[in-house]
Amino acid sequence: MRIDGNGLINRAKPVSFQFDGTTYQGFEGDTLASALLANGVKLVARSFKYHRPRGILTAGSEEPNALVTVGHGGSQDPNVRATTQEIYDGMDARSQNRWPSLAHDVLAVNDLGAPFLGAGFYYKTFMWPKAFWEKLYEPIIRRAAGLGAISGEPITDKYERAYAHCDVLVVGSGPAGLMAALTAGEAGADVIIAEEDSLLGGRLLSEAGEIDGMPARDWANEVAIRLNAMSNVRVMARTSVTGAYDGGTYGALERVGHHCEMRDGLPKECFWRITAKRTVLAAGALERPVAFQNNDRPGIMMASAVRAYVNRWSVAPGKSVAVFGNNDSAHDTAADLLAAGVHVCALIDSRPDATTTLDVPFYAGAQVSGSEGRKELEAISISRASGTDKVQTDCLAMSGGWNPTLHLACHMSGRPDWDESIAAFVPKPGMVPGLIAAGACNGVFSTAACLGEGAGAAVVALEAIGLQADMPKMPVAEDRDYSISPLWAVAGKGRAWLDFQNDVTVKDVKQAAVENFRSVEHMKRYTTQGMATDQGKNYNVQALAVLADATGRGIPETGTTTYRPPFTPVAIAAMAAGAEDKGFAPERFTTSHRLAVKAGAPMIEAGLWYRPSYFPVKGETHWRQSCDREVGYVRNAVGIADVSTLGKIDIKGPDAAAFLDFLYTNMFSSLKVGRVRYGLMLREDGHVMDDGTTARMADDHFVMTTTTAAAGQVMQHMELVSQGMRRGMDVRFTSVTEHWAQFAVAGPKARELLNGLLDAPIDGESWPFMACGDMSIGGVNGRLFRISFSGEHAYEVAVPARYGESLFAELRSRAEALGGGLYGMEALNVLRIEKGFITHAEIDGRATAFDIGMQGMMSKKKDFYGKGAAARPGLLEDDREQLVGLKPTGVVKQLTAGAHLYRDGAEPVRVNDQGYLTSVAFSPTLGTYLGLGFLRGGRARHGETVKMVDHLRGIETTCEVCHPVFLDPNGEKARD
Amino acid sequence: MRIVCPLCGERDSREFSYKGAALALAYPSEEAGFEAWDDYLHNRDNPAGPTRELWYHGSGCTSWLVVTRNTTTHEILSVELAEDAPESRQEASA
Ligand SMILES: [Zn+2]
Repeated sequence: MRIDGNGLINRAKPVSFQFDGTTYQGFEGDTLASALLANGVKLVARSFKYHRPRGILTAGSEEPNALVTVGHGGSQDPNVRATTQEIYDGMDARSQNRWPSLAHDVLAVNDLGAPFLGAGFYYKTFMWPKAFWEKLYEPIIRRAAGLGAISGEPITDKYERAYAHCDVLVVGSGPAGLMAALTAGEAGADVIIAEEDSLLGGRLLSEAGEIDGMPARDWANEVAIRLNAMSNVRVMARTSVTGAYDGGTYGALERVGHHCEMRDGLPKECFWRITAKRTVLAAGALERPVAFQNNDRPGIMMASAVRAYVNRWSVAPGKSVAVFGNNDSAHDTAADLLAAGVHVCALIDSRPDATTTLDVPFYAGAQVSGSEGRKELEAISISRASGTDKVQTDCLAMSGGWNPTLHLACHMSGRPDWDESIAAFVPKPGMVPGLIAAGACNGVFSTAACLGEGAGAAVVALEAIGLQADMPKMPVAEDRDYSISPLWAVAGKGRAWLDFQNDVTVKDVKQAAVENFRSVEHMKRYTTQGMATDQGKNYNVQALAVLADATGRGIPETGTTTYRPPFTPVAIAAMAAGAEDKGFAPERFTTSHRLAVKAGAPMIEAGLWYRPSYFPVKGETHWRQSCDREVGYVRNAVGIADVSTLGKIDIKGPDAAAFLDFLYTNMFSSLKVGRVRYGLMLREDGHVMDDGTTARMADDHFVMTTTTAAAGQVMQHMELVSQGMRRGMDVRFTSVTEHWAQFAVAGPKARELLNGLLDAPIDGESWPFMACGDMSIGGVNGRLFRISFSGEHAYEVAVPARYGESLFAELRSRAEALGGGLYGMEALNVLRIEKGFITHAEIDGRATAFDIGMQGMMSKKKDFYGKGAAARPGLLEDDREQLVGLKPTGVVKQLTAGAHLYRDGAEPVRVNDQGYLTSVAFSPTLGTYLGLGFLRGGRARHGETVKMVDHLRGIETTCEVCHPVFLDPNGEKARD
Repeated sequence: MRIVCPLCGERDSREFSYKGAALALAYPSEEAGFEAWDDYLHNRDNPAGPTRELWYHGSGCTSWLVVTRNTTTHEILSVELAEDAPESRQEASA
C-alpha cells in the first residue's frame, strides 16, 4: 500500500493503467511493480513449470517472477519485467503462463505432480517411444511450460541501431559510477555513462543514507545535473550494457519507447555498439535469496527490494513485515521499515552473535524454515535450536548476502575469484582488457568505499589514455564493514527454491549430484538452473554452493558456469534493426536500368546488380516466348544486351603482362596489342576460380573482365598475389566496372549496325575476331572488343558510363530497324548453352580445368597460380566427372538443372550416381532441350545414353551424351 | 573486434575479411612436390595462443594484412602489411 514519505514519485501526476483487465492508479515515477504493490496486488505471475503463484521478488532487471506482457498485436512485448517497466497512462499489462486466469490456473495441478517433474524429467519421461516426441510430448510441454507469447502479427514498432565511441564508458551510476563519470568528465575525457534505470543513482535512490550531509539520492541528483551539463559527457539512462566484446566494444540496449505511449517516429529500443578506450564497470551488486521451504510464495521478497519500495516509491509491500538475513544489510531493511512507520513483526538473523538496537522482536541464530499461505504469504516458521515459532506476516524481506554484478567482466571467458570474506565471486583485474571494476561489483560494499573506487578507477583509466587526472575531493559517506555468515539453504523437508524462474529446487540440484552431474555446467543443463531469461542472476551462487556441498567440494573448486551476453534479454528486432527487407544493402544499377524497367523487363538480382530477365512484347504471355524471340534476334539479325555488370579491372605497369601470366593458367605476355584472349584463373588448390577475357590496350596496359559474380573475389585475389606472392612486381590495377557502360552487339548484322554508328567504320580486316581497340561514337571516345558469348559475329562496345543510357537507346532503335532488338539474361543463357560456354553454374568451385576440358590451357612453359596444386594426383583422373552436353532422347523431352545422371537401367540411388546437370535451356535454334553437366569419365562417353532423374521434381528421362558445344562447333560464325 | 590497419588506423573488424593462416604467403614453387603442396594447402597448427593470420581490408585501403592474434584471448598483438611480412614457412609461422 502507498504510505506517506518522500519517495521519488510525482503525487501530483496520477497515472492510470491496466493489469489483467483491472484499472489501477499509480504515479509518475512508478514502475509496474511498485504501482501493483501500492495497490495491494501481490500475485502477479505463475511459475514456469509448476504454475505456482508468484509475486514480485526484486526491484530491478534481475526479476525472475514478475514477467508480464505489455501491448497488443504488432506492438506486443512478452516477458517484460514489471520491476523495470515504468507505467504510463493507458498502459495495458497482462500476466502470463496461466489459464483461464491468474487466480485460477488449471495447470497448477503440475505442482501436485512435482515428484515426477524433478531434475531431468524431460530426459527420463519423454524418451519412448521416439515417435511420440514430436507429435505428443513436445506440444504438451510447450503448452504447459512457458513464458509470454508473441502475437504472431508483423511488428509495427520501430527499432534502431546506433554506434558510439568514447574515451571512458561507465557502466552503472551508483556511487562508484557517478564518481567515475564525474572524475573522467572533469578531466575532459569523452565519457558515456550508461544506466539501466530511468534515473542516475543506482542503490542510492533506494537507500536512506546520506552523502556530504544530504540525502544520498539528492547528492546523486546533483551529480546527475552536473554530468548532464558537461558537453563531453553523454548520459544514457534506460540503457543496459548487455555484453563485452573484443577490442573495447560493448553492446548496449536503450529502452527508448517502453515507458510511454508509442508515437510516430519513436523507436521502442535502440541497440548500441559502443567502442570505448577504457571502461569502468560500476554495475553494483545483486542481493541473493535464501533457500527454505516454500520460499517462493508471493509476499516473500528481497530485503533490498523492500527497502527500495519503501524509500524510493513510498510503498509498503506488507502491513506486518518480517526481515530475515545472514548479514548486516538485512538490519537496514528493518530500520527503514520502522522509520517509514511500517510494522516489523520479526527480525531474524542466522548469525548467533548478531545484535540489534532496533525495537523489534529479534531472533539471533535463527532461520526461517518455511512459509504458509495460499496465494499470498500468511505466516513463516522461525527455527532455532530451542524450537520452531510460527509468526503471522504478509511480507518477508530476505537477504542471503550480495553478489557483485561482475557479468560483463566475465564475458570474455575470464573466471572470477572466490572471496571468502564476502562469500561471493569477485572479478579479477584484466579479465576484459581495458575494463576496471569498481565499487560493489568489485566486492566493495560501503558507500564511501564505492565512491573512492569509482574515482580511483577513472584516474587509472584516464592515465592509460594519456589524460591528466587527480583524485577528486571525496564526499563524506557511511563506511561500515560488511559482515556475513554464509547461508545457502535452510535444512528441512519440502521444496526450497533456488531458481525461481525455471522452478529448480535444492532437491533438484542434489539429485543432479546423485546422478553424477557433478560439474556445474552439467548440473545447470540437467536441472535447467540459471537457464531462464534472468540467467539466474539472483541465485546461481546458491545453486553451486548447494552442488559444492552435495559433492563434498568447496565453492571455488566447483566454480561458476559461463557468463555470456546478453546481460539482460535483447529483442531480436533491436539487433536486426535496419536489416529488414533490403536494409542497408546497396543496389547496383546499370546505366540502362531505367530503360529496361520502362520496357517492362522483370529485373533479376545478380549479386548486388539488377539485370533484365527478358523484354516482353505485346501478346507474349510466357517468358519462354520472349526468350525464344530474343535468341532469334541474335542468331538471325542483331541483339543488344547490357554486359556492364561484368567485372572490369584496369591493369597497368611494366610487369602487367608477367603479372597476368602468373594469374592466368594460359599465357598473356604473348598477346599482341589490340587483341583479346580468353583466360582461366585457378585458386591455390588448383580448382577454377573464374574465367573471362582480357584485352591488351598497350604494351603495359590490359583490361580484364571477370564474371559478374566473382568480380570482388578476383580483385581481392589479385591484391593478395601482388601484395603477397609476387610483391616485387611493378604493376597497378583498379576496378573500373562502374566507369564503363558496355553493351554486347551480337548477331550477323552486328557490324552493319555498328558501321552506322561509329565515327570510323570497321571491316573484317581491321577488326578480326578477338580484336580490340579505341573507337569513337559521335565524338565520344570508347572501346570496341570483338568478342562473343553467343557464338555469333559479335562485339562489345564500351563508353564512359555517363553516355551509357543514350548509347543503349541508340543501339536498341538501330537493332530494331535491322530486325533485331534487346535481349535479356534468359536469352543470353540460352545462347551460351547452345555454344557450351561455361558460367559459375559449371565452375562452381569443385571443377578443375581438366574437368571442364580446358587442361590444354594450363601452360607448361610457366608457373601460374594453382599450378602445383592442379597437378596433384586425383585431379587428372579419367573417371572424374567431366563436362559434357546432354540432349533428351526419351518420351519426356525436358531436362532439369540439378537432376542426377545414372547409367541407363541402373537404379537411381546415390551409389549409382554418375553425375549431374548444371545448366539447361530450351534451344529455339535446335528445337530441343539442351543440357550441360558433369558425367563420370564423360569425354569418352559421347554417344552413350544415360538416365536423368530429378528426384526433387519427379522428372525422369533418358539423354544422349554429346560434346558440350551444340552449335557451330568450329566457331566459324564468330570469325565470319 | 578492432584491427589497427597500418594505413587506415583502428577500424571495426567488419571492415575486414579473414582468409586464414598467414602461411598462405609461403607460396610453394610449381616443382615443390605434392607433399609441399599438401602441407601448404591443408596443414595448419591451430595453436592455442598467438597465431598469424591474413586479413583483407576490403572496406578500407584494400591492403592484405598479417594480423598476429592470440586465439585464447583474441588479443591482437601486431598488424603489419602483408607486403612487409616474411614469406617463408619457417619465418611466417614463427
Ligand atoms: Zn586499411
